[in-house]
Amino acid sequence: MPRVELTSHLYQFFPALAGRALAVEGRTVAEVVRAVDALAPGFGFYVCDEAGRLRQHVLIYVGEERVRDRATLGDPVRPDDRVLIVQALSGG
Amino acid sequence: MNLRILVGTRKGTFLVTRQNGRWRPHLAGHGGQGVNYAAADPETGTLWALLGHGHWGAKLSRSTDGGATWADAPQIRYPEGARHYLPPPPSETGAGEGAPTLKPATLLKLWTMAFGPGGRVWVGTIPGGLFESRDGGETFELNRGLWDHESRGGDLFAGPGNGTTKWFGTPAAEGEFAPGIHSIVVDPRTPDRLWVAISTAGVFETTDGGRTWRTRNQGLTMDYSPNPGDEWAGHDPHAVVQCAGQPDVLWQQNHCGVFVSEDGAATWRKVSRPEQGVHFGFPVAVDPEDGRTAWLVPGKSDMQRTTLDGALFVARTRDGGASWEALRAGLPQEHAYDVVYRHALDHRAGVLAFGSTTGNLYVSEDRGETWQAAAHNLPPVYSVRFA
Repeated sequence: MPRVELTSHLYQFFPALAGRALAVEGRTVAEVVRAVDALAPGFGFYVCDEAGRLRQHVLIYVGEERVRDRATLGDPVRPDDRVLIVQALSGG
Repeated sequence: MNLRILVGTRKGTFLVTRQNGRWRPHLAGHGGQGVNYAAADPETGTLWALLGHGHWGAKLSRSTDGGATWADAPQIRYPEGARHYLPPPPSETGAGEGAPTLKPATLLKLWTMAFGPGGRVWVGTIPGGLFESRDGGETFELNRGLWDHESRGGDLFAGPGNGTTKWFGTPAAEGEFAPGIHSIVVDPRTPDRLWVAISTAGVFETTDGGRTWRTRNQGLTMDYSPNPGDEWAGHDPHAVVQCAGQPDVLWQQNHCGVFVSEDGAATWRKVSRPEQGVHFGFPVAVDPEDGRTAWLVPGKSDMQRTTLDGALFVARTRDGGASWEALRAGLPQEHAYDVVYRHALDHRAGVLAFGSTTGNLYVSEDRGETWQAAAHNLPPVYSVRFA
């Protein structure tokens, strides 16, 4: 199963996910996000908007590649992939 | 005195309580997060906070233990198929503004919240959606009467409607130029009658529980518009409040003055006194029994959003705006440039409180005559509400 790693910021909102090796079923990035949402209800709406689009300042990597399909997260994910979800930090 | 004050700030939710004669704040939750508005449901005692996470979107948070712990509530989402015409952004070149753009609606900002009997809760959002709950906030539905209003193009779930919008936007829209609902007034006589105020479209009223809405901008003047009195002149009420004991009395302050209505917003009357510095500002509070008594925290002008001459004062009228007093005791009278946002002044039982973008929080226990500082170094204050 793909492994999922999150920016530490997200663990702040979903402490139930912290400190555990996260591996979920999913053949696309969208399926991976949905699978994490099933473990931590509400997670998907932090990463994506109502329409399922990746939020503007959020990035998802599959391996070392940034996802290309920000609108539907249709990028494929292989069982041995590492999916990394991060965000830009700015402001003061 | 069992009053508490909920303060929403750019960096968290604070609770302010009175201890040994002094009002003292403590961080109650959401440390580091933007809190646009925080308020208590008077029926259930639940505390609510409207968060603006920025990267992670707008979120509803609530506490059922008086603010000790907070958790995400069921979230507000624009339904699939909700679309709106975005007004063209103000032209930088003067070359014309182009046509409105039809686009799917996504939640940009949770801006205000109001409560009614029987589990009714309303939330005002950007891009201009009013959401209603009838189960205490467990589920919310977009109010279609207002969303599908002819002035926004009609029913855009079904098609392109009439192709245009008369609503403008607000720079408060998190990067977009979309309209926002920042005031929701629930008539104490019946929750089927509501007023909402929109930046930038003015005041709307429903008397049938939100099925139909009509504008309530008569008497307002938008002095920057070619036709200042037109109902679609781009009226920008900064906050609308109601006298609970005289519910036909409503107040607002906007770019072009202070206005009062004594007929349920059917008509508005300008009661500014620019020569006394009472003209531009954001918040207004009204006495719950005497609609002629109201308080403002004036700013210099919309082009210069600071205090007048570096001195902070609260303006009070006790005769419906015919005359104003400047209340200064306990407030800094030099080197003060505080700006008080639209939700950051409140009144309860003779006690007033306001917070500024400079992080100052002031409380008066004598209807504004004298003030004490409860804090000087809070994050920029977005909302102040008694709980």
